[in-house]
Amino acid sequence: MELFAFYVFAGIAVLASLGVVSSKVPMHSVMLLIVSFGALAGLYVLLDAPFTAVTQIIVYAGAIMVLFLFVVMLLNQHKEDDPEVVPASVLKPGLRAGVLLSIMLAIEVAWGLSQLGVRPFSTEPGAVSSISSVARIGTALFTTHTFAFEVTSVLILVSMVGAVVIARREP
Amino acid sequence: MSQLTLADFGITQVLIARLVLIFVIFQALVLTSAFMVWMERKVCAYIQDREGPNRVGPAGLLQPFADVSKLVFKEDLRPKAADAFLFAIAPIISTATAFAAFSVVPFGGETTLFGLLDQPLRLEATDVNVAVLVIFAVASMGVYGIVLAGWSSNSKYSLLGGLRSSAQMISYELSYGLALASVIMLAGSMSLREVVTNQAGYWWGVVPKWYVFLQPLGFFIYMTAGVAETNRAPFDFPEAEQELVAGYHTEYSSMSFALFFMAEYINMVTVSAVATSLYLGGWLGPFSERFGVGWIYFIAKVLLLLFFYVWMRWTLPRYRYDQLMEFGWKWLLPMAVLNLIATAALVIWLG
Repeated sequence: MELFAFYVFAGIAVLASLGVVSSKVPMHSVMLLIVSFGALAGLYVLLDAPFTAVTQIIVYAGAIMVLFLFVVMLLNQHKEDDPEVVPASVLKPGLRAGVLLSIMLAIEVAWGLSQLGVRPFSTEPGAVSSISSVARIGTALFTTHTFAFEVTSVLILVSMVGAVVIARREP
Repeated sequence: MSQLTLADFGITQVLIARLVLIFVIFQALVLTSAFMVWMERKVCAYIQDREGPNRVGPAGLLQPFADVSKLVFKEDLRPKAADAFLFAIAPIISTATAFAAFSVVPFGGETTLFGLLDQPLRLEATDVNVAVLVIFAVASMGVYGIVLAGWSSNSKYSLLGGLRSSAQMISYELSYGLALASVIMLAGSMSLREVVTNQAGYWWGVVPKWYVFLQPLGFFIYMTAGVAETNRAPFDFPEAEQELVAGYHTEYSSMSFALFFMAEYINMVTVSAVATSLYLGGWLGPFSERFGVGWIYFIAKVLLLLFFYVWMRWTLPRYRYDQLMEFGWKWLLPMAVLNLIATAALVIWLG
């Protein structure tokens, strides 16, 4: 049952992500990205992390994607213009990107093979409840990971100030 | 040879009871949205010194059913330039998220249905330990129905309605979430059932221990943001009829038009039900546990809040758009932050 649910969610996530990059209508890409986020949230639920799943939906599917939609709607571009460049000139950058991606894939596969037989995290009941408990996540954020947490918040503040500075018109 | 029973196929009493309960909740929501249409028209009529619908059924009670049968038989039109797929699924997204949000709301204690069941059944569709966040997440998904309807219609009024809606939802979601967080801190739990059971008991033997008395400001913020989230007057910019014809659903007709209204009324019911659970003690009331009448208290409280919703719509004029943004960002959000800090300090101080 759980395995079946995993394949359903994983399948939806992969297909929707493929749709995001292949769709010609920007609005469809945004919607497919939301579907992909939803499927990821389903995978988090299967990992016994309902809090992470719900946060994924609130933050990514709920807040960030609404902003995306906002931008797409303001541009109101119904269809991407057909590329004016001839396919031949796309080949070279495409080849470079392909080579880079296959190197990265090779490294990942090698790393994955070296980790065979090593269990990255425990699946004992105690460990599972520590993931899902909201109180423990909060404690961990404000004790062991305080520095990372605060640095992230400063980073977000900086990007917000930057956006305001860029958007401001000189009088 | 032993006889096969239903239990051998995994069909247990609890499963059947639960399926029946989910079916009942679904039907109750559909009926409530029909009832809300009637209540809205009736209350509006009395506020304007009229009679309101009074021809179909007693006191016009069957008017919504007449409306629905009319809508079902109307032609479903679609603008030629519309994005066919998104145009079709937008009302479905609206309605589906509205139904989904209600699934984690508990509306009664445990009952055996007068001894019919072996084990007590909890009156709710499902109990999630992060229920408050689930409601918040599903509510934030509801905006997509409106935004997509506005965009896919390919009409400027619809697009403006959709844009206004997304801006409004982003602005008021923050205050909504902060008001929820204050209650979560008081209750120490994210499960709505535990939030409600934490409100049992009385102060000095008379005043019920509802969070509305500890969180009057939080209740005000929650209800205001809730009205804005459901796009009701005085925050009904996405469908401001004087400016935008009908906003995001201008191009819709027939049942797809009705689905948007169903979603709006069900969202109102959900916001009221969550407010009841968080601030008004849910199904708790005098003798609610002993006689198993908790759900009556729950429905009564929700109806009171729904009446308040309708009352407000026909009393207050619509804000101006800049006033809406100013109120949301410069007043409601700072108030919500202050409320959160004060609550946190009190919780630590009093243990």
